[in-house]
Amino acid sequence: MSVETPGFSLRATPIGTLYRGGEGMWTWVLHRITGVSLFFFLFVHVLDTALVRVSPAAYDEIIATYKTPIVNLLEVGLVGAVLFHAFNGIRIILIDFWAKGPRYQRQMTWGIAAVWLLIMIPGFYFMTIHTIDALFGSTS
Amino acid sequence: MSTAVFAPRSDSRNKQRSNFELYGWMFMRVSGIILVFLVLGHLFIMNILDGGVQRINFAFVAGRWASPFWQVWDLSMLWLALLHGGNGMRTIINDYAERDQTRFWLKMLLYVSTTFIIVLGTLVIFTFDASIG
Repeated sequence: MSVETPGFSLRATPIGTLYRGGEGMWTWVLHRITGVSLFFFLFVHVLDTALVRVSPAAYDEIIATYKTPIVNLLEVGLVGAVLFHAFNGIRIILIDFWAKGPRYQRQMTWGIAAVWLLIMIPGFYFMTIHTIDALFGSTS
Repeated sequence: MSTAVFAPRSDSRNKQRSNFELYGWMFMRVSGIILVFLVLGHLFIMNILDGGVQRINFAFVAGRWASPFWQVWDLSMLWLALLHGGNGMRTIINDYAERDQTRFWLKMLLYVSTTFIIVLGTLVIFTFDASIG
């Protein structure tokens, strides 16, 4: 995107900056949002797993909620958030340590989007097939 | 927010110098790379492979933690993920909590709760008893 003014054009993403505007900024925002969400989930997840020290029944009961349709859908979101955070983390490391990283940061962003979709489409299928079967299946 | 500017080469300025933030920056990258393998492997096994979450119950956990391999896997994941996440939260609190008091107490809450979760998780892995109940 560019703003046309007589004589010259203003780029939406100024040259020489990585985190102001464009892909560099939005991946930074998403990295923070997914990071905070994952941290809070981690708290919950350690607490629910700790129920194995209470009794098998208590653990099985809490794990049953993970198998309900709505929480199952949230798990897809969880996997999506982890995948983005992981791939974008690798992108950040490449920007910091690879000489050509800053130059290719935009291409790497779109690479992340492609790989993310490539994993999430079959991932969605395998994660939700049981739920879809239970909700809409006619044979099972 | 108070901003103190010290004269160059004064003692107060030198006293504040520490490499803590550098080590923190490096830790995020090193732990991040390890966590990519640990967490993605964990998610693949638990949510996608062989029926995913539907097959998980107490017996499934007992079967996994019978092996030292998965105990070490889960313990490493617990520590690295919480320290990585805790340091990320510390950065975010430093960025957005502008009042000194707010920043201090939010970080205290973060440190206490994170320590609690790490200790709890560690105890659960080390004291797990498959024949409980």
